Amino acid sequence: MPNMSLTKTPIAEQDPKVRARNFKEVTLGYTPEEAMEEAKRCLNCKHKPCMTGCPVSVRIPEFIAKVAEGEFEEAYKIIKSTNALPAVCGRVCPQENQCEGKCVRGIKGEPVAIGRLERFCADYMADKPVAAEKAEPNGHKVAVVGAGPSSLTVAGDLAKLGYDVTIFEAFHTAGGVLMYGIPEFRLPKTIVQHEIDNLTAMGVKIMTNMVIGKVLSIDELMGMGYEAVFVGSGAGLPRFMGIEGEGLVGVYSANEYLTRINLMKAYKDEYATPILKSKKVAVVGGGNVAMDAARSAMRLGAEHVYIVYRRSMDELPARKEEVHHAQEEGIEFLVLNNPVKILGDENGHVRGMECVKMELGEPDESGRRRPVTIEGSNFELEIDTAIMSIGTSPNPLIRSTTPGLEANKHGCLIVDETESTTKEGVYAGGDAVTGAATVILAMGAGKKAAAAIDEYIKNKK
Amino acid sequence: MFKIVTRKQLNENVVLMEIDAPFIAAKAEAGQFIIYRVNEQGERVPLTIADYDREKGTITIIFQVIGGSTMELAKLNEGDFIHDVVGPLGVATEYKEGAKRIAVVGGGVGCAIAYPQAKKLFGMGVEVDLIAGFRSKNIVILEDEMSKASTHLHICTDDGSYGYHGFVTNKLQELIDSGAEFDEVIAIGPVPMMKFVCQVTKPYGIKTLVSLNPIMIDGTGMCGGCRVTVDGKIRYACVDGPDFDGHKVDFDELMRRNSTYREDEKKHVCRLTGGVR
Ligand SMILES: Cc1cc2nc3c(=O)[nH]c(=O)nc-3n(C[C@H](O)[C@H](O)[C@H](O)COP(=O)(O)OP(=O)(O)OC[C@H]3O[C@@H](n4cnc5c(N)ncnc54)[C@H](O)[C@@H]3O)c2cc1C
Ligand code: FES
Repeated sequence: MPNMSLTKTPIAEQDPKVRARNFKEVTLGYTPEEAMEEAKRCLNCKHKPCMTGCPVSVRIPEFIAKVAEGEFEEAYKIIKSTNALPAVCGRVCPQENQCEGKCVRGIKGEPVAIGRLERFCADYMADKPVAAEKAEPNGHKVAVVGAGPSSLTVAGDLAKLGYDVTIFEAFHTAGGVLMYGIPEFRLPKTIVQHEIDNLTAMGVKIMTNMVIGKVLSIDELMGMGYEAVFVGSGAGLPRFMGIEGEGLVGVYSANEYLTRINLMKAYKDEYATPILKSKKVAVVGGGNVAMDAARSAMRLGAEHVYIVYRRSMDELPARKEEVHHAQEEGIEFLVLNNPVKILGDENGHVRGMECVKMELGEPDESGRRRPVTIEGSNFELEIDTAIMSIGTSPNPLIRSTTPGLEANKHGCLIVDETESTTKEGVYAGGDAVTGAATVILAMGAGKKAAAAIDEYIKNKK
Repeated sequence: MFKIVTRKQLNENVVLMEIDAPFIAAKAEAGQFIIYRVNEQGERVPLTIADYDREKGTITIIFQVIGGSTMELAKLNEGDFIHDVVGPLGVATEYKEGAKRIAVVGGGVGCAIAYPQAKKLFGMGVEVDLIAGFRSKNIVILEDEMSKASTHLHICTDDGSYGYHGFVTNKLQELIDSGAEFDEVIAIGPVPMMKFVCQVTKPYGIKTLVSLNPIMIDGTGMCGGCRVTVDGKIRYACVDGPDFDGHKVDFDELMRRNSTYREDEKKHVCRLTGGVR
């Protein structure tokens, strides 16, 4: 008998007032009983609309059926067969635009909480030993540049096939945005590390502190016997608005702010990393990155944190849940506002932000209504810190040091449907190809690239 | 982990370390830098590569103990390991083509970085004036090395206890006044020094290269923390630099941004020394 409740089984969360001042995980996860209850909301539709919404085609109804029966390990194995990082995806995927967005239960009421169930299965198995799948070595070497989700997926898939895979990562820690971008309170770093440890247990080698394009070029890697190279170097350089005052003390890019906190642990006393103790913070932008920066600022003790966004609440690109959580935590949304200038005091420190009000006009190429300035509506917001979170532009480092590797006019690497670049033997995927996107799309690209690399190497000999 | 193969105290505050880092040594060029992290809790700190030995697979760094992170590094001895060293980062220095005479100006520990530039230019047959400024005689470093790497070595001390009595900018001005024709000036040292060197050279239109040292994290262009304003535009010192045309750099902004964490830094140092410093 399906559970016909119109709403998702509630999930335990830290109280907003408490969590807004700590870095512990916000959502605490389902108990086995709650998971089974939620799983029973699934109608096991024949045509499986949810699966079409999943970039890695997790067999959703199948795993949910196992959860409903209390067969959690079985459920986990089903997820894991197509998704290498379920504990991560369950937490950070924009389910409302993917699987849950297609769920039939969502037409009248809330969709099945697929993300929460995915997370539950992964967490349930986290402390249970799973034997590393170590394949028979096939004698072929593949190099992977970067250690974000696209690269981790390529490495995992190829290692399963017996390839000798080495990851070259610029930072001192593997994980990419999962480690330095997305905060602990949304994605605990032990979970990411656990996934990385699983890869090394499968025989994947990880060389940190290696900036490809500087210390070694792609051609040199190929000269070292790597038969194919995957480039998963991420979204690249943070953009600034080009307005006056962006060089003041107290202006950060979201990337810098979040890296100081997440990777360099500025919020922990025993770490040497400094960060400003801000009281009034404006975060410019409306994506996941902006939400993460705003909520982190609150956790570091700010009294007021504003999201300054030029469109309306309906256009915010962030995951719905993050916006909801941010509101609960007291983040103030100043939508339909755009900064025109950051104001400094006599010492060159931020003291305010001049903004202008916006209204929505005709739809633009993206289909969203274009924000238009309301002339003369300028006003001053009193702040001591501004965090710019308005997107990225691709890093030219690898492109400019690899002859034959071509990029489009935006600087993103050009690939075909198999993620093969314009240079033979070189594949690419994730944000380096698409521009800033999502974890699951990066993983989907990694999957395709791994399959294509396997084909390429098999056919070469 | 990166092993320290040599450690030398150059003066009471300046330390030289030769580090085993074969991948970096194979590629390093004058003007490039590394970022180190001394231990698991450490900051990521950029330091210029002062020298490299491709055969031995080592690089040399020379640093002044100024804050918590350099203090932690200075505590390490030969045979100890630095947790992380990444590089070579940044663009190697590009010299003006066909230059006959170049002045290389170094201030304090900046001389450690000016020295390899001089050495390289001198080796290329350029007439090199190496102007090296120190506060006082007791902190002069690398005198022998610098003298071998230049046509004319001008050591200056602020207090007149050794060499020329005055700032590097005074010396540079005197040389220009006495008819020295420099095709280029390369200035490496504290930001105010570089700023004033540029003020000296600007009226004569002498191209002046400066090596900037903003706060950095990743060193690959990801964080934007190292941004500087050059010619009115945002540039990232870690990937576009660290060398820039000094006449176009907004030095005041750089000085301000470099002071962002001064208060934290003081606290950090207190924690490490128990308040004594
Ligand atoms: C703050 C923040 C929050 C986000 N929230 C979400 C979310 O909730 N849900 C979601 O789906 N997505 C989210 N995203 C987006 C998502 O994280 C990215 O789309 C995804 O991580 C991209 O994966 P990737 O493998 O392409 O690259 P990245 O994760 O960016 O990893 C790239 C790696 O390559 C390394 N690298 C770069 N250049 C070199 C080089 N030359 N040599 C060696 N290594 C190099 C980098 O150091 C990095 O480790 C968020 C992003 C950010 C920044
Ligand atoms: S140090 Fe991060 S962009 Fe330069």
